[in-house]
Amino acid sequence: MDFSEPFRLSALLGKFSPDGRCLASCMQYRLVVRDASTLQILQMYTCLDQIQYIEWSSDSLFILCAMYKRGIVQVWSLEQPDWHCKIDEGSVGLVASCWSPDGRHILNTTEFHLRITVWSLCTKSVSYIKYPKACQQGIAFTKDGRYMAVAERRDCKDFVSIFVCSDWQLLRHFDTETQDLFGIEWAPNGCVLAVWDTCLEYKILLYSLDGRLLSSYRAYEWSLGIKSVAWSPSSQFLAIGSYDEKVRILNHVTWKKITEFEHPATVVNSKTVVYKEVEKSSPFETERLSFPPARALASSLFSTQSKYDIAQVPVSLHHIKPVADRANPKLGIGMMAFSSDNCFLATRNDNIPNAVWIWDVQKLKLFVVLEQLSAIQCFQWDPRQPRLALCTGNSKVYLWSPAGCVSVQIPVEGDFHIVSLSWHSSGDSMALLSKDNCCVCYLDREEV
Amino acid sequence: MGDWKTITVPVLSSDGKNIFQYTSEKKLSSSSMSSQVLHSPLPLSKSTHSVFSAFCTEENIEQSISYLNRELTALGFPSIYTESKGKELNLISIINCMNELLVLQHKNLRAQEEVQMQHLKLGSDMDHLQNCYAKLKEQLELSKREIIGLQERDRQLQSKNRNLHQLLKNEKDEVQKLQNIISSRATQYNHDMKRKEREYNKLKERLHQLVMNKKDKKIAMEVLNYVGRADGKRGAWRTDKTEARNEEEMYKVLLSDYEQCQKQLLVENAELKKVLQQMKKEIISLLPSQKQKPKERSEDGPVLSDLEEDTGELNKENMWELSCETVREQLTNSIRKQWRMLKNHVEKLDNQVSRVRSGALNEKDVISREDHEMETEKLELEIQQCKEIIRTQQQLLQQQLMSPCDDDTTLLLQDCYLLEERERLQEEWRLFREQKKNFEKERRSFTEAAIRLGLERKAFEEDRGIWLKQQFLSMSTDYKHSENVTTPSAFSGSKYLVESSDQDNQLMTSTSQQRKSHCVLSHPVSAEPCQTPQYTTCN
Repeated sequence: MDFSEPFRLSALLGKFSPDGRCLASCMQYRLVVRDASTLQILQMYTCLDQIQYIEWSSDSLFILCAMYKRGIVQVWSLEQPDWHCKIDEGSVGLVASCWSPDGRHILNTTEFHLRITVWSLCTKSVSYIKYPKACQQGIAFTKDGRYMAVAERRDCKDFVSIFVCSDWQLLRHFDTETQDLFGIEWAPNGCVLAVWDTCLEYKILLYSLDGRLLSSYRAYEWSLGIKSVAWSPSSQFLAIGSYDEKVRILNHVTWKKITEFEHPATVVNSKTVVYKEVEKSSPFETERLSFPPARALASSLFSTQSKYDIAQVPVSLHHIKPVADRANPKLGIGMMAFSSDNCFLATRNDNIPNAVWIWDVQKLKLFVVLEQLSAIQCFQWDPRQPRLALCTGNSKVYLWSPAGCVSVQIPVEGDFHIVSLSWHSSGDSMALLSKDNCCVCYLDREEV
Repeated sequence: MGDWKTITVPVLSSDGKNIFQYTSEKKLSSSSMSSQVLHSPLPLSKSTHSVFSAFCTEENIEQSISYLNRELTALGFPSIYTESKGKELNLISIINCMNELLVLQHKNLRAQEEVQMQHLKLGSDMDHLQNCYAKLKEQLELSKREIIGLQERDRQLQSKNRNLHQLLKNEKDEVQKLQNIISSRATQYNHDMKRKEREYNKLKERLHQLVMNKKDKKIAMEVLNYVGRADGKRGAWRTDKTEARNEEEMYKVLLSDYEQCQKQLLVENAELKKVLQQMKKEIISLLPSQKQKPKERSEDGPVLSDLEEDTGELNKENMWELSCETVREQLTNSIRKQWRMLKNHVEKLDNQVSRVRSGALNEKDVISREDHEMETEKLELEIQQCKEIIRTQQQLLQQQLMSPCDDDTTLLLQDCYLLEERERLQEEWRLFREQKKNFEKERRSFTEAAIRLGLERKAFEEDRGIWLKQQFLSMSTDYKHSENVTTPSAFSGSKYLVESSDQDNQLMTSTSQQRKSHCVLSHPVSAEPCQTPQYTTCN
């Protein structure tokens, strides 16, 4: 495992291009494009204001930089560095911006969600989508980029509009039986749209591509409902994580629940392996110490090594009791992700914040529990193989695969608190992001 | 009952007195008896002997004798006077009377004793009974008290139970109330939210108007030059045609997804059916032949015939891979029957084993171990013998090789070896030729099957095209009201699809297209037709 030298970046904006050749990072108002393998700077662009969001176009030829405060989006081209494009929303304001799947249109959401403007880079046409819904996931594109679903709200009722991305024609417009739509997500096969309600109502609705309601699922009422939703890559399963600390899996044939996964604070199943992260004191002989201390030694002096121990079941995990009278309590399944080969599901129960639960999807059973020493910030599956990378806010990155798990200390000086990570599309490298820095980690093929 | 004590009978004289005492007591008179009693004119006193002197004195002998005579005659005794004169005493009769009186006295005493005994017995019985009565009364008191105590407890428990029920009802009522409150609050919140939302929408509209009115020149996009489209094509106008095309695209996407899903399900189905059939065959083979036991025969009589039928059908099913409703049910039903039979069989075996195990355990163990040891010894001996034989053979061989032999013999030997080898080779050649023939046959059959497959596929494609067209036509007329587009039932006849995909995987890719002749099946055609074959053979 190799680590690059860390370079500065702000606002956790470090993204690999879709074709995997470049890495874009922002430093305040500068956009830096580097080569993904050598991290050599290929291009550097300067924007008008502090960049808050960047996104690669799908063909990796353009990057958009959104500056919400000034309401400006600037688009840069990799092929022609002199090419520039600036979209100014003016007094309407800007709240969100994203690419369309064909990489030639930009969708800007104005302030107060007044409208979504579709700017075209090919023609002079502009389209407007009125009454968009102000929710977390209001726009969803199908994986093949053909259709776009937009959540709308008119007259206190929720609607979903499906557009054809090639010519922005409205294909379907239908109302949903939700109280207050919270999010929409397409299945990876592009034929089913999952629509779920706010956490006050546990309700998830499944619509077909042509707007028919296929099924609706409701597990219970009154208690807080759905917190997170994830589709399996083959579209066979839909995982719903809720505030009652359970994940319910629906199958794509009958849209009925086939199983539910519980996340209790004590793991009792004897077949699950529980890896506990323990600190181990770094062994260094005192005679070797020299003054002034060498650089490598200095960093290792202050950083504690850690390794994984297998804990004997039953294991009681560290859990916190969420505050009862606050909204959006730290309770329930907040993070879920399927592995790319559809074999595993990784979940995190927010009131057991130090543990990741890995479920075997083929057997629908709990497979492994990883307990860390601090709260888990982010985890992501390798896009090629069943390998999970996670970070907990310290300077270590943790990798798990069915062969075992390993904790790797990043050899950087000073503090490097990893808050986010993102895999390269080939699965050979990973960008580790902290608040101010970014480090790229290169993995060998034979590694875990 | 009572315990009988020996009662000492008091002396005769005092007994007489006692009797007098008792009789006089019964008549409620005190100890100083008066002569009211007819039978005891004697004045009672404590001394016993004075009784005799008190009755007769020298003065009243005559009177007393006449009195005695009167009494005796009254009692039925003969008179004590002689018959002739009234004044002379008949001594004999007097003695007889006395004797009679004594006998009478004895009798009376005995009767008195008996009566006393009985009296005592009765007294003790009565005591005993009184004791029992007292004890029983005590017990009764105790049990009554216990009963009262238990009743009290029962009452308390019942009242507790009632209280708990009441509490439960109260809790339930409260829960219901709270739920009602929650729902009413929820509706209230929703209503308020809607009101606020409407206000917010109005604000938004107003803001939107203001923003649009301002005609902000700044809301614009400045770009150096317009970029070409990603796919290199030119932009097109939005027309009805494009709309229709988009709809078509969408339905195509949906359809292909459904078709894929269905294909997967069919493949899965076929695999499962194969597994079931295999299982069935194995179960049948596992079951012992039941024809010997007449008892079971009665149960399995119809099943046996079913068995034969099933196996017959099975073989046919293999060929056709039918998925008709009735055939499907038959397969599962027959498997269930076989499984039940197997289960019963295994249970019987288990019972037998347990019965055998419970009886005559030790001997069997011992015997088997002895047997085992004997066998191992035998085997060891055999091994030794074999080893010796091998050693001797090796020696002989060595001798042979080492010993110089004449050329003739060596030549002869070589010839022998050659002959042997030649014969072996011929044998192998024969086998090889046979196998070659078999392979040829198989190859031919495979190629024929491939041709059949191609033709069937063509027919299927045609049908599919027709069906798709029909579907689209029907869909486009009422796509707004279409509900539940289920996979069309015409596809139930897509058994061929499954079969052909299976065979595809197994076939070698040697298809000779020139052989366009008959695609008559080379395997026996089933005599039983299936109910819904949608496709005719390629004839």
